[in-house]
Amino acid sequence: MTELTNLGVAAIRDGVASGEFTAREVAEAFNANVAAAADLNAFIVTTPDAALEAADKVDADRAAGKDLGSMAGVPIGMKDLFATKGVQTTAASHILEGFTPQYESTVSQNLWDAGAGMLGKLNLDQFAMGSSNETSYFGNVTSPWRKPDGSNTPMSPGGSSGGSSTAVAARLAPAATGTDTGGSIRQPAAFTGITGVKPTYGRCSRWGVVAFASSLDQAGPMAHDVRDCAIMLGAMAGFDPKDSTSLDLPVPDWEANLNSDMKGKKVGIPKEYRMDGTDAEILKSWDDGIAWLKDAGAEIVDISLPHTKYALPAYYIIAPAEASSNLARYDGVRYGLRDLPDGAGLQDMYAETRAAGFGDEVKRRVLIGTYVLSAGFYDAYYNQAQKVRALVAQDFENAWNECDVILAPTTPTASFGLGSLSDDPLTMYLNDVFAVPASLAGLPAMSVPCGVNSDGLPLGLQVVGKAFDEQGVMNAGLAIEERAGFTAKPEKWW
Amino acid sequence: MSVNKENVAKIASLARIKMSDAELERMVPELNQILGWVDQLGEVDTSNVEPMTAVIPNTLRLRADEVNADPKTGGDRRDDVLANAPAAEHGFFGVPKVIE
Repeated sequence: MTELTNLGVAAIRDGVASGEFTAREVAEAFNANVAAAADLNAFIVTTPDAALEAADKVDADRAAGKDLGSMAGVPIGMKDLFATKGVQTTAASHILEGFTPQYESTVSQNLWDAGAGMLGKLNLDQFAMGSSNETSYFGNVTSPWRKPDGSNTPMSPGGSSGGSSTAVAARLAPAATGTDTGGSIRQPAAFTGITGVKPTYGRCSRWGVVAFASSLDQAGPMAHDVRDCAIMLGAMAGFDPKDSTSLDLPVPDWEANLNSDMKGKKVGIPKEYRMDGTDAEILKSWDDGIAWLKDAGAEIVDISLPHTKYALPAYYIIAPAEASSNLARYDGVRYGLRDLPDGAGLQDMYAETRAAGFGDEVKRRVLIGTYVLSAGFYDAYYNQAQKVRALVAQDFENAWNECDVILAPTTPTASFGLGSLSDDPLTMYLNDVFAVPASLAGLPAMSVPCGVNSDGLPLGLQVVGKAFDEQGVMNAGLAIEERAGFTAKPEKWW
Repeated sequence: MSVNKENVAKIASLARIKMSDAELERMVPELNQILGWVDQLGEVDTSNVEPMTAVIPNTLRLRADEVNADPKTGGDRRDDVLANAPAAEHGFFGVPKVIE
């Protein structure tokens, strides 16, 4: 019989529908892999019973001849940033430890309605702030990938959706939810040899997702291939009256419309992404991607996105500013941790609770955000950053006169060893230099695996598209996937 | 622009995060490194640019001005709201005594 945990979303859905295997068999197989992978620390909480319960419902529905949903029988990992009713939701922070939502996030509810089941809540960088999964209160996530040099150095799975990337790459889940504020789906996908899509801002409801930077936060799928992402995004997306920035648009059938023929399409190559000091192997992978898209029939055009250099510094004003506002809610009054020393007053309680509950990176960003929004600095920092953001978005608008999608590397390097960058926040931030511009402009973007480097570590290519054109992005991604022939897998050591 | 220990102490107090002297000392160079780096935004001529307020043009929706007009956004969830409170009594959040 097929090794069920080697299957992706489409294969599981189709196999369950045809009766080749049951949803329960699938859930049991993935539950077993999850239970055997504690060394990776990908999960904060596991929910094997929830996975079985959802599977049994799908099997019963099938036996009764009912219509099955688009994710029927597919057990998934849920990033622990999505509120799940009755299941602890922490954002990987001590300040939310023990928080048990009384409601379900819209995106997770949509997935359960489509027949998916939950294997557990996935670890992440605390409040999604980080690019290496080293800021979680619940410990680092370790990538299943290792350099084949025998050193066994634990590698970063990327961040912030590092539990998600590790779970999919290590076959603990066929797919997982991610969220992307400034690269948090695409960078971990690239680091672990999987596929991840950040849709247009507003496609997936933010309701019930722990907020980091609300003008940037977007949920998306992380899975083995483009088709699986298209299926899962279709289940996640949709208008939600509970999110004021939710897009009131029909959800296209992305899976049915997948088409890797790029004839008549123009692919833009932004010269500003060819930065000094970029890894030669990253540049080589980019050249490969150009050749593959040409082979798929696309015309390649050189474009310019002149404000690229300023996107990352603008992001590191805007995201902390929004975070400092959003995280004001953690006050020890309504939910989560309360630290109330004897005889302390209300103000002391706030300050003690937040000191005990937030990790260092969260404190750093809240302080930066508070500073750039404070009287006297607001115009110089925050307002200037929002103006630069408008220019970054304008760059893309101009580019769409010349091309349909943009191809670039996802990250400036492959994965690095855990701990190797954690003393240097700025170098860590630079990991998202290629991912952040699309975030600032709210555009759909994805990472597709394209090969491994000389260290045996995966590399990803990024496709960025016009607002609402997830189809164009995924079609280009599919054209790359078909030609890259990426079959590398991490060797099991956990 | 750069910050010193007193500035950081002030920011931490605005952000309601208690910080020890040692933490403040450690934060000063870290924040200055980040602030020094974002200062490059000053190079960009933005004199004719409006700050961006929404990435995707969107108008805010209004709902009917009546209680629980839409059950999806409705209320009547007091017990749910209080369920995770560290202290709740008589249908309210509990906080330490405040005497001004």
